[in-house]
Amino acid sequence: MAEVMQAADGTPLKRSLARALRRQKLRALALIAPLLLFVLITFIVPIASMLFRSVENDIVANTLPYTVEALADWDATGTDLPPEQVYEAMFYDMFLASEAKRHTRLGTRLNYETTGMSSLFRQSGRNMDDIADLSYEPLEDLDDAWDDGETWYALFNTRGVSDATLLNDQRTRVARLSGTAADAEINFAPDAEVSALLPLAAREYTAWAVFVATQNNRDPAERDPWESVAPALVTDLQRADLSGYVGPAADMLRAAQQADLPVPDFAQEFGAMDEDWASLEPWQTIQTHSGTYTSGYFLNAIDAQKTPEGVAWQPEEKQILLTLFGRTIWMSLLITFSCIALGYPIAWLLANLPMRQANVLLILVLLPFWTSLLVRTSAWKVMLQQQGVINDVLVWIGLVADDGRLIMINNQFGTIVAMTHILLPFMILPMYSVMQTIPPSYLRAAKSLGATNWTAFWRVYFPQSVPGIGAGSILVFILSIGYYITPEIVGGTKGVFISNRIAFHISSSLNWGLAAALGTILLAAVLVLYWAYDKIVGIDNVKLG
Amino acid sequence: MKLTKTLLATTALTLASGTAFADSHMASDMTLVSWGGAYQNSQQKAYVEPYLEMNPGVTAVWDESSAEAVAKLRAMNEAGSITWDVVDVVAADAIRLCDEGLALEIDPDEDLAAAPDGTSASDDFGDLLVSDCFIPQIVYSTTFGYRTDLVGDTPPTEVCAVFDTETYPGKRSLEKRPINNMEWALLCDGVAKDDVYDVLATDEGQQQALDKLATIKDDVIWWSAGADTPQLLADGEVIMGSTYNGRLFAAIEEQDQPIGMLWDAQVFDLDGWIIPAGLSPEREARARDFIKFATDTQRLADQAKYISYGPARASSAPLVGQHADLGIDMAPHMPTDPDNAANTFLYNYEFWADYRDDIDAKFQAWLAQ
Repeated sequence: MAEVMQAADGTPLKRSLARALRRQKLRALALIAPLLLFVLITFIVPIASMLFRSVENDIVANTLPYTVEALADWDATGTDLPPEQVYEAMFYDMFLASEAKRHTRLGTRLNYETTGMSSLFRQSGRNMDDIADLSYEPLEDLDDAWDDGETWYALFNTRGVSDATLLNDQRTRVARLSGTAADAEINFAPDAEVSALLPLAAREYTAWAVFVATQNNRDPAERDPWESVAPALVTDLQRADLSGYVGPAADMLRAAQQADLPVPDFAQEFGAMDEDWASLEPWQTIQTHSGTYTSGYFLNAIDAQKTPEGVAWQPEEKQILLTLFGRTIWMSLLITFSCIALGYPIAWLLANLPMRQANVLLILVLLPFWTSLLVRTSAWKVMLQQQGVINDVLVWIGLVADDGRLIMINNQFGTIVAMTHILLPFMILPMYSVMQTIPPSYLRAAKSLGATNWTAFWRVYFPQSVPGIGAGSILVFILSIGYYITPEIVGGTKGVFISNRIAFHISSSLNWGLAAALGTILLAAVLVLYWAYDKIVGIDNVKLG
Repeated sequence: MKLTKTLLATTALTLASGTAFADSHMASDMTLVSWGGAYQNSQQKAYVEPYLEMNPGVTAVWDESSAEAVAKLRAMNEAGSITWDVVDVVAADAIRLCDEGLALEIDPDEDLAAAPDGTSASDDFGDLLVSDCFIPQIVYSTTFGYRTDLVGDTPPTEVCAVFDTETYPGKRSLEKRPINNMEWALLCDGVAKDDVYDVLATDEGQQQALDKLATIKDDVIWWSAGADTPQLLADGEVIMGSTYNGRLFAAIEEQDQPIGMLWDAQVFDLDGWIIPAGLSPEREARARDFIKFATDTQRLADQAKYISYGPARASSAPLVGQHADLGIDMAPHMPTDPDNAANTFLYNYEFWADYRDDIDAKFQAWLAQ
């Protein structure tokens, strides 16, 4: 029977060892914790949140909650316009959104999908008051008291039993619309009896009360509600049974019901406001893009789009992004190979020259590294342009005619030359550090055993330098695939990369969703290539030094 | 003990000096955002320096981020910390910032100074108040310059010379975006000025404009920075090219380059201030106070001493004087000068807000073909 080995203090040795190891691991973790946290907070989290935008799409449902609900049953592929209740829902959604100044934001979002939505929303937001006035003014003419905020407050405020569900729903509605919390204390709660009797008006009044109380810090008891409560009230009165109602404003309500005030014909009013509302397109766009998450940005990123009928390609004259992806990868490969071709001999020289000369050469390699990227790129402009140094020299020595100067910039050639130059040090340095570790005696041994110069190089030296080439290639390729400023300056129209489009969508068109989708695809492409490299060459074969 | 006392005393002194002069309800420092270069310099000279002189204790810092102002403001807003107080943007960006709720709405008659003769600010700025959030400063134009020594004996007088590669062989530079280029292409393809945007709103019209541009596609160098065209003209890389009129003025008058101005069909655009939404009350008060001063009649007229952009107020125009260093009359170099403005084109903000993404995608795809 084997005895359990024990440490000096009597605990089993195994457990004691495990504890010591764990302590060591914790200490190691504590030591790298600052770096880990730093990377996590400043790098991983922002990138992840940026990439998340590529699928995020809650703005439509947050801004137009009732419209999205009402549109759900509508057949977008048919030829019929949505029914009246969709227009009605749109009116109340749009009214609140325009008071919160959120409708234009949604217009911008939907304009990425359908041209014209931006101004449609901006202008419609301005006209919501006019539609509401169609009911508000007759109501006011009937009884001046309707013009008084106190009447409304007394009518809807709780008299004992309040409708907590309604209040919470409207808090959520306002919070989601405005993107800020709406749970502050409110001097108002909807009365359960009235909200059962006049559901739409109670809903709109509560939404207003929540909005002014939480967003504007005003007391709803002292303010006049928005005009949108009037059409809501008139609509409710058409079907409300007031016979048992004895609460505040009972007589006024009965009078209004008897007067049979007009409910706006929302579909007609929207159509009169802008004929686009009487067409299928805006409704199709809203319905197609109403999901909280969307694949639309990713589809856009590969020149496709979501339509009511399903996924379809973009019209041919708008297809550009796949071309750019292909071009980015193709040109990055080209740049990587030119870096290998130019860098290999230099790295070999660096590794084999005597120390003194090698140091001077190394400084020459590093010198461009210390010069601003913009300066180097602009210098290439001076060199390569048609009235530039190279063309001038060629004309001077008579190689080309003055009217036949070469076009070497604002095209792919310019981008490849400038980027090869800029990325060359990233290729040379890993190659150099690998070549330094290859003993010269191997080559001598190969030759003494009868190998020719070429065989000795190709069979003995080159295989040992491959890890340097691999490391340099990965560095150069990954850097160039995301390059932005050099292609922008010297690339003209055919030498620009996908990153130039990403930059455009980040800073100019503000279509961050599309930019994020493009960025995610680019990241995925790099990871796939890295994986392929690992499979074919093996990542163990990469040495940075 | 001693150290603590010194520290306390210093803190107290700093606090006292910081607030001694400035109004207590206004922040004492501002971050102004502009474009850098000669334009920012004109703002510094014409109204920032006088404002700081009038308000001792106030400091102003520049941030040269106007080109990315919309994206950055949106990011700041999402992060919940706005670090800018007053931002200089072009009108199209102001409209977008207003749409996104990122800029404060301004009541011109309440928040801005009236003209010296009592004309209200809203009348003085007139049509140039293109957005509820936008306070215009200057009118600039995108127009063409040409090399006087490379165009032969008949210098171009109208914009369609750009499309006439027979009379004017050589390269041209155009901005690498559809805005302005599409309009010029249609104008030179026989579309009447009033119909341009109606035509451009259709697929056929967009194709028509691209087809017209295609006739010179091989002769065009596309620029993305305002400094490109002056450089290309100076190097003789192009014989004519579009850019901002102030850049051409600098190349002609300040650097003596053989360049002529082709004012025909220049496209007017506006540049001005916005105040970001979500500032603290003190900072907002300071920003409003600054804006009111910086956009009054005299200040806008003063700016024209340093740069050839037209003041946005009607009442400033008669006060435009001479260039501060060159001593030349500035009025004839203003895009709004009657001789230069014989045939002008007004940028249609609403149209481009709707069609920018759509046409830009087509334009870029066309460029890549």
